Amino acid sequence: MSSAVSQARTPAAAPDGTGSPARRRRGVRGLSARDRVVVALLLGIPLLLDLAFVWFPAIGTVLLSFTKWNGVGGLHTTTCKPNLPSILNNGCVYGVQNYHQAATIYPEFWPAVRHNLIWLAVFVLFATPLGMLFAVLIDRGIRGSRMYQSMLFLPVMLSLALIGIIWEFVYSQNFGLINTVIGRDGNDNAIDWLGNPRLNLWAVLVEATWRQSGYVMVLYLAGLKAVDPTLREAARVDGANDWQTFWRVIFPVMRPINIVIMVVTVIESLRAFDLVYITNKGVNGLELLSVLVTSNIVGETQRVGFGSALGVVLLLISLVPISLFLHQTFRREES
Amino acid sequence: MSDVGSSSGSVTSNTSHTSPSRRNVLRGVAGAAGLAAVSGGLLTACGSGSDAKDEKKGGSGGGTASVAGSTVTFGSNYSDPSAKAAFAALTTAATAATKVEVKTNTVDHNTFQQSITSYLQGTPDDLFTWFAGYRMQYFAAQGLAEPIDDVWEKIGGGLSDSAKKLSTGLDGHQYLVPIYNYPWVVFYNKSQFARAGYTVPATWDEYVALAKRMKGDGLVPIAFADKDGWPALGTFDILNMRINGYDYHSKLMKHEIPWTDQGVHTVFQHWAEIMPYLQSGANGRIWQDAAKTLETKKAGMMFQGTNQVAAQYVTDQVDLDDLDFFPFPAINPQWGQDYMDAPTDGFMLSRKAKNPDAAKAILEYIGTGPAEAQYLKTDQWDVGLANGLEVPSYNAIQRKSVTEIAKCKAVAQFMDRDADPAMATAMIAVIQKFIDDPSTGNIAALQKSAESQAKAIYS
Repeated sequence: MSSAVSQARTPAAAPDGTGSPARRRRGVRGLSARDRVVVALLLGIPLLLDLAFVWFPAIGTVLLSFTKWNGVGGLHTTTCKPNLPSILNNGCVYGVQNYHQAATIYPEFWPAVRHNLIWLAVFVLFATPLGMLFAVLIDRGIRGSRMYQSMLFLPVMLSLALIGIIWEFVYSQNFGLINTVIGRDGNDNAIDWLGNPRLNLWAVLVEATWRQSGYVMVLYLAGLKAVDPTLREAARVDGANDWQTFWRVIFPVMRPINIVIMVVTVIESLRAFDLVYITNKGVNGLELLSVLVTSNIVGETQRVGFGSALGVVLLLISLVPISLFLHQTFRREES
Repeated sequence: MSDVGSSSGSVTSNTSHTSPSRRNVLRGVAGAAGLAAVSGGLLTACGSGSDAKDEKKGGSGGGTASVAGSTVTFGSNYSDPSAKAAFAALTTAATAATKVEVKTNTVDHNTFQQSITSYLQGTPDDLFTWFAGYRMQYFAAQGLAEPIDDVWEKIGGGLSDSAKKLSTGLDGHQYLVPIYNYPWVVFYNKSQFARAGYTVPATWDEYVALAKRMKGDGLVPIAFADKDGWPALGTFDILNMRINGYDYHSKLMKHEIPWTDQGVHTVFQHWAEIMPYLQSGANGRIWQDAAKTLETKKAGMMFQGTNQVAAQYVTDQVDLDDLDFFPFPAINPQWGQDYMDAPTDGFMLSRKAKNPDAAKAILEYIGTGPAEAQYLKTDQWDVGLANGLEVPSYNAIQRKSVTEIAKCKAVAQFMDRDADPAMATAMIAVIQKFIDDPSTGNIAALQKSAESQAKAIYS
């Protein structure tokens, strides 16, 4: 989405850069036919792709969320009749019933919302600072920094599904690494890391953090390498210590990277899915909105309408950080 | 999500180049009757004169005038190596018998199930692997499968009425050719029972007493796992059938009885009674690990399907001869041990099949005893359904499975096959919450939740 936005902005600013309407119009007229075709193509293709793959599904999802449909056959515009078997009541208009059911009788809904927020909080408050810490330490060129860098980056190269499987060996109740090492792999004293609904979210968040902090580290390391070394020297000459240099000089300079990392963190935590799905299909303490959408829409019998309603809820939650980000970006462009 | 999408994509894309030419289809129509006779002849019961005449007619046209030589595509979820090999043996034998080439598109088992709706509405293979019960009826009722009553006219004599009932859709037509089933029973190790002097319990009280004694002996009385969600559904099914009977169970699965009913409450109360003897922490354990506690004789019993427990013994190369089972003990004397879960797998014909006549020829072969025996050569846990089927490769578990299933007055198909899958999913969460907290107060709350979800799902 953001790429399309920047694409759309480019031609407006590109011809002359001043942005006054009168001059811009003159600028377009001043283009040769060939240039106009090129601009139209460069604008049109991303716009079409954007419409086809972002807006059409998004609006489609919103519309489907007001229907009841199991994915077979067509949709129609009649209202659902009460007390009919679901096979006969397929593809009808259901109003806000899906939302109502999600909020009232669907026991997984509120835990999923809560878990998504916890996931976001852990990523923001823990995984990201940890990644930054790794990056700063490695950037200082400590002994064996390349080795640490590869070790911390390794999980980023693995798919989340694979990470889930690797950690199964660590967390497994009777045969897992942790329980074996601490001697709690018996049948009465075993700690049920992945099955206890009070423990498993945190166990999975450790897995997620293991990967996410490596990811943040790499992004941040790239940012640190790009910082002009003279800034550091200047700070040192001015008598700043390491702590002050970092927080007063380096950190503010890295604002673009910080924004990227913030966006990545929010996106990664909202689209969290693979780990919990591989762990227990996202039930019993690991409910997430993305899993609920999937388990309702992708499956043997599909509750497309209901799943779409959940998807819309996830969309609304995602819109909050997205709008904040866009608001920030545009304000900066304008100023 | 993307895995599912991409795999289903690969299923559909594979079919395009194998579609028969128009000439092939016409030839198929002309030769269908003749071919049916060839495969029908494999059934000892179906050797009628008219069939023989048809065969001659088909034969006179030579190989070119029948479905022989055409290709049928087969969407398969037999993705485990051993099952895949057994399935390949089956299709090879089917080709040998019918001269129809079979092209198999194997998709990961779970992925196949997940993407079935879009798969069947896209460009599905001619034939596909599926399950009996409501699960089959649901797809048949929506016009995604083709009725195969004519196939059943040929193979029906070799299969029992209950097999036919399992293959029949809500509209009374047949939609499935079953190949095997497997019972859900209580497993134990013979040597362990002999050494400790345990006896097979026939009633609920004996079962509870035995579990208590095992616990006293330092064993896990009943190995138990529910991390995948579905295994514990089997315990619900058997308790429900033992306490309330088969009719009640099937009505409950179709939501003709509310989940808040007292009968359901009684089921959960019995379950809560044995909860202290079930392996703790079940929600975090996969059934394979539970089976391992039985294999290593740390657990005394385990209630699960042979398709899982015996298969695990085979995989781990643990002594299969030491494994034995008994049907779940009787609770309500009215029903005794009349029922059990015995999920049946089979094959269906897609509505959009490109080569239906040749596909039916394949189905007719698969519905025969020799075909089942061919499949079961490499399978040491499932059992065939054909009448009087003799499979020399059967082990003791398989022979006993045949006997015990035959004793049943009715067999259920497992909750996720007998109920709307959305309801089965809801019940997975409900039962996991019950395992976390089996108190009476929680049971009532869970029943209420199940009922309100059922109302949303079934209407």
